Amino acid sequence: MNLTLKVWRQKNAATPGRFQTYPARNLSPDMSFLEMLDVVNEDLITRGEEPIAFDSDCREGICGMCSIVINGIPHGGHHGTAACQLHLRHFQDGDTLTLEPWRAKAFPLIKDLIVNRTALDRIIQAGGFVSVSTGGTPDANALPVPKDIADRAMDAAACIGCGACVAVCKNASAMLFVAAKVSHLNLLPQGKAEKDRRVLNLVKQMDMEGFGGCTVTGSCEAVCPKEISLSFIARMNRDYGAAIIKS
Amino acid sequence: MPLNAQIPSGPLAQKWEQYKFDLKLINPANKRKFDLLVVGSGLAGASAAAALAELGYRVKCFCFQDSPRRAHSISAQGGINAAKNYANDGDSVYRLFYDTLKGGDFRAREANVYRLAQVSGAIIDQCVAQGVPFAREYGGLLANRSFGGAQVSRTFYARGQTGQQLLLGAYQALCRQIGLGTVKMFPRTEMLDLVVVDGHAQGIVVRDLVTGQISSHAGDAVVLATGGYSNVFFLSTNAKGCNVTAIWRAYKKGAFFANPCYTQIHPTCIPVSGEHQSKLTLMSESLRNDGRVWVPLNKADRAKPPAAIPETDRDYFLERKYPSYGNLAPRDISSRAAKEACDAGRGVGPGGLGVYLDFADAIQRLGQPIIRDRYGNLFDMYEKITGENASQAPMRIYPAVHYTMGGTWVDYNLMSTLPGLFVIGEANFSDHGANRLGASALMQGLADGYFVLPYTLGHYLATAKRPRPATSRAEFKQAEADTRAFIQRLLTIKGKRTPTSLHRELGRLLWEKCGMARNETGLREALRRIPELRAEFWQNVNVPGESGDLNQSLEYAGRVADFMEFAELLCHDALHRRESCGGHFREEFQTPDGEARRDDQNFAYVAAWEYQGLEKPPVLHKEPLQYEEISMSTRSYA
Ligand SMILES: Cc1cc2nc3c(=O)[nH]c(=O)nc-3n(C[C@H](O)[C@H](O)[C@H](O)COP(=O)(O)OP(=O)(O)OC[C@H]3O[C@@H](n4cnc5c(N)ncnc54)[C@H](O)[C@@H]3O)c2cc1C
Repeated sequence: MNLTLKVWRQKNAATPGRFQTYPARNLSPDMSFLEMLDVVNEDLITRGEEPIAFDSDCREGICGMCSIVINGIPHGGHHGTAACQLHLRHFQDGDTLTLEPWRAKAFPLIKDLIVNRTALDRIIQAGGFVSVSTGGTPDANALPVPKDIADRAMDAAACIGCGACVAVCKNASAMLFVAAKVSHLNLLPQGKAEKDRRVLNLVKQMDMEGFGGCTVTGSCEAVCPKEISLSFIARMNRDYGAAIIKS
Repeated sequence: MPLNAQIPSGPLAQKWEQYKFDLKLINPANKRKFDLLVVGSGLAGASAAAALAELGYRVKCFCFQDSPRRAHSISAQGGINAAKNYANDGDSVYRLFYDTLKGGDFRAREANVYRLAQVSGAIIDQCVAQGVPFAREYGGLLANRSFGGAQVSRTFYARGQTGQQLLLGAYQALCRQIGLGTVKMFPRTEMLDLVVVDGHAQGIVVRDLVTGQISSHAGDAVVLATGGYSNVFFLSTNAKGCNVTAIWRAYKKGAFFANPCYTQIHPTCIPVSGEHQSKLTLMSESLRNDGRVWVPLNKADRAKPPAAIPETDRDYFLERKYPSYGNLAPRDISSRAAKEACDAGRGVGPGGLGVYLDFADAIQRLGQPIIRDRYGNLFDMYEKITGENASQAPMRIYPAVHYTMGGTWVDYNLMSTLPGLFVIGEANFSDHGANRLGASALMQGLADGYFVLPYTLGHYLATAKRPRPATSRAEFKQAEADTRAFIQRLLTIKGKRTPTSLHRELGRLLWEKCGMARNETGLREALRRIPELRAEFWQNVNVPGESGDLNQSLEYAGRVADFMEFAELLCHDALHRRESCGGHFREEFQTPDGEARRDDQNFAYVAAWEYQGLEKPPVLHKEPLQYEEISMSTRSYA
């Protein structure tokens, strides 16, 4: 099959970017989306041009590195699928696709389809952990955790930190990302001791990083490759409210 | 001269406790005077960086991804072993130790493996305290499952995302320290050389992958936690960025490289679908708890839909050949059995390079919901890649390169032959011998980082008592100049071939000549071809772009250049080891029924290679494997 790609090219943050059109020919429907980009890049290198810069690593939908807006939707809009897991069998021969980077104030562009997402790391550094040092912890089975609670915490912990939720949001809000971390840790008995300061610190850092506010449109849940539920945002809001009252 | 592994004296079970007591300590107030460089932020690197910073050291941590949370450890699926005996099925430290040593085909160091088993329980305690959401039973206690090479259930897991959850635990511990200012993190930064001052590893040269800037960092010690080298084969289950660069460049600076030929081929991966393939995807070994592996009994049935092949015409070859372990036979053995079936013309799917992994019985026995709960995300991943639903038709799987047991030689302290250079996690060679058992890499990475290195590194600092060099010293300037020259050389060739095409060619050669089965003729052929291919690389590679910019082709070309050199050492080691053991199967050395024939008389040693320059063969140093507690026996899973 053949596709036409309209790709955002931008040398660096200081240089203006623009769309450039590339043909992608002789593709197999069994290829992954990124393998298709590999083929296009091989061709560009051979012709002496600079290949399209894009992030990827595990190519199994778990590292959260890949970050491409495909036809206006982060990761391309296939239910629970990161761009690296998308396969060409979902497209039609002859389709034209637009490829853009995550666009958000808190994610400055680095090059082409690559942005800087360290704001998400700084949010975790502000309190997205349990303050235990190594060693001296109680036996793992000392504290039973009901299965439904552990499962729910796992649902939230499954977040891969890709930032698609931010990229799709009209306010570029990181609420789903933050809510997932707060919920993961606040749900578990091990995380309860720091429940209040965690939610306050994470939300504060999120605001400082320049992410926008949440108006609960639900677009974040719709594009999340791990299908993190919007209900975690409501959960976090309850934790936040309770913490504010106490503080 | 035989290598001294610094194994403490005393009875096996007491070595580590006694040794920890004997180690020299650094007073808490003095720890903050030491700068430690940790390269890598996977399970090993993140846990080490966090644990060292918690103790009070000043740590700098480096990774090439945009965040430490994205290290390749994130993609580990199945689980982590620990001798907790929560299942009450007879597990113990001794049993985990024995299974791991036997799984490694008696080619690992006994004292290290025992220590690994000893600290395994504390890892689970630590992770639970960090909030790792392991799977639980309805009573609220932790759930376990079985992995290959074990007859007990000792594997802890978080759905099919155990690596992700363990790494997030370590990452969060690391983030806590970054927030406290005790760790400075350098993401999108690649180490390109090791700096040795007066025989001690005391610094690194790095490239900022965004600006292209080359700079140096000096430290009181250097820790490499840079993962495995499976990608030398081009196609593997590893993340695209995994590479050998850090440990290869350390090797060229004097750190011996041990057992490079011990590479692991994982039996359950999704088969290659075409030329364009960029990597292979693992289907976790945990699937073999409930999936049954089979091929048609008759060649003629190969192309039939699986449902049309009656029970009597199926060969459940693992259950047939290894009745007591069945589908949970270890990886090396299961992979070879699959290859044997395909070589005999009974493989299924395109090119006959596949075997079935069938869940029909388990679904009938336990019902869809239980199977979904256990493996839901793996079934989804399979469907995304192949477009097929594994609850309706069996999966098709084939072996693929997955893990590398070899790595930098380290002693009991996890220190290499270069004083001050510590190597942890998959990057070292230490605990898995010639074959790693499932769910034990995560265990080893975290054991090294949380519970071993923090002790042994302190001892080194307390005894070496060396001043930290300034990065203005000649050794640093020279290493920086060499790095710049290397990059410039890559950029000026502007030949006709892409780095990918050369890497793919190298990978294919290795897979054919030094893959699942090896023989003298093939290895000699590979050793002839690799230098030719390397020459072709240096004459004809085309690396576009500039050095002062984000340049992914340049990053990649540098890694391929190292693979081109390393591949030779890999084949060299494989040729020298005239026996079959674990993942190293030499066709000349097999029993009449096709099992590996080990040669304990002549090869019960670790092969540690010393670099002599590219044009000269490396020098072999042997670390004899002397077992105090157990005797080497023939591995049997029948
Ligand atoms: C698909 C898959 C599934 C697996 N499942 C399991 C499992 O269920 N159980 C199990 O026990 N094991 C499993 N393994 C094996 C296990 O995941 C790895 O062995 C382990 O995670 C390696 O951890 P590590 O910390 O040593 O290295 P990695 O996680 O590979 O981390 C390497 C780090 O080094 C950095 N780095 C590398 N080179 C440089 C450089 N030159 N400069 C700067 N930084 C550098 C990287 O950025 C990264 O941070 C699996 C492996 C794969 C491929």
